[in-house]
Amino acid sequence: MVDTLVIPLLKIVIVLNATLVAVTYMVLLERKVIAWAQSRLGPMRVGPYGILQPVADAVKLMIKEDITPVRADKWLFTLAPIISMVPALIVYAVIPFGPEVSPFGRRVTLQITDINVGLLYIVSVASVGVYGIILAGYASNSKYPLLAGLRASAQLISYEVAVTLTLVSVVIMSGTLSMAGIVQAQYDKHFWFIFAQPVAFVLVLIGGLAETNRAPFDLPEAEQELTGGFHTEYSGMRFALFFLAEYANMIVVSSVVTTLFLGGWLPPFPNVAALSFLSYIPSWTWFLLKSFAFLYLFIWIRATLPRYRYDQLMNLGWKVLIPIAILNLVVTGIVRVMFL
Amino acid sequence: MGEAIAFYVISAFILIFAVLVVTAREAVHSVVFLVIDFLFVAALYALLGAEFLAIIQILVYAGGIVVLYLFVVMLVNLKRPPEAYSDPHRHTKIGFALAVAILVEVGIIGAKGYIAPSPASAAAAALPVTGNTQEVGWLLYTNYLIPFEVASMLLLVAMIGAIVLAKREL
Repeated sequence: MVDTLVIPLLKIVIVLNATLVAVTYMVLLERKVIAWAQSRLGPMRVGPYGILQPVADAVKLMIKEDITPVRADKWLFTLAPIISMVPALIVYAVIPFGPEVSPFGRRVTLQITDINVGLLYIVSVASVGVYGIILAGYASNSKYPLLAGLRASAQLISYEVAVTLTLVSVVIMSGTLSMAGIVQAQYDKHFWFIFAQPVAFVLVLIGGLAETNRAPFDLPEAEQELTGGFHTEYSGMRFALFFLAEYANMIVVSSVVTTLFLGGWLPPFPNVAALSFLSYIPSWTWFLLKSFAFLYLFIWIRATLPRYRYDQLMNLGWKVLIPIAILNLVVTGIVRVMFL
Repeated sequence: MGEAIAFYVISAFILIFAVLVVTAREAVHSVVFLVIDFLFVAALYALLGAEFLAIIQILVYAGGIVVLYLFVVMLVNLKRPPEAYSDPHRHTKIGFALAVAILVEVGIIGAKGYIAPSPASAAAAALPVTGNTQEVGWLLYTNYLIPFEVASMLLLVAMIGAIVLAKREL
């Protein structure tokens, strides 16, 4: 009873709430980091150093008027934010935050569930999340959101191909699709996969930026051309759902990259005896630290790089990333069969 | 018992959404119902223990192919009234014929009882592998290697054909 119902429910509640808090503070972090990059202070008014800004934002978004345009497709207009939020949250079901631990004498895995096809589950759920943006663009019945919706769907389909092809070469290395299994494979092989698959690491990072609509690939919400993109007509909490989904997806991408390439919860060099004192630090700390480094990198990139032009984006996806991904896959396969 | 209840509930939802797909007035609504329908079909696969097939169903059909449907539906203006066609009921006859054919087929299968398991699935049960994904991969590269290669050749031909059609000058 406790093992089948209470503990999974407790894990789900903890992970969901931690995610939502992390997402709201990601917004503050992004504003702060970009402000520092531009020699500004960022939010400073609410609480010391603006630490309570997310609370103020949430209250503001909730009491804003919720407007539905007269000519909008009301049913889809309501459904679209939900469709983008739900996949962004259910992906967390398979992300491994740590190994099996036993607090209070009960063995608990720091992962909601470890399914046999974990990596494929993440890819497929992420591919369903595209509908939120496309349907928002269509249902608003307005020209800028429609253009943004079309851009988004083309972009996401293109980069999904490249990312999925790249992930296959990681699966060849690990021999399993289970997320916990991939971490275990890196422990058994004595190295993080970033050293074996540096090309795949860069490809997944670029593809992940594009899949989450982050700068420099944020064309679906290019303010200067599309007045805000697919969420132009949205206000209040429905707009907030799109916003939260984007940041939740960023956390998903950093967690996946951490798990696949940086050994997930493993401390650095887990097999070097001189560094064994590092394993006294709880494993989930390593996971969170590595993920945080990627989130910081994403914000840093946004503060640094200008946006791509649309044809450059498509050329990069189809003519650069996909050929490199296929080449990497072939080389990985050959090396795996011949030498490992 | 629980499995039977889950099966009937999921099947009921599949049928309801299938009806909604063909009766929805707006083409985009039809496509959304189709996605939901595919998700329930994936749930049915998961219920049968075929988790690899379930995930692939979502990835390929719900996440890939239907996005392209939506793309086309959004770009093409489909708001033509039914009077624009010469015969508004022209699909009804074909539909009834197909429905009768499928009913007869289901009836024959029902009358003959369950189909005996093929030797291939018996071989699959004896394989020394664990997990659904490995089993599918194993079978694809041993028993079904030639059909698998033929299917990939067909897809390659289709891909080259699409490129040739889209680019008149190469």
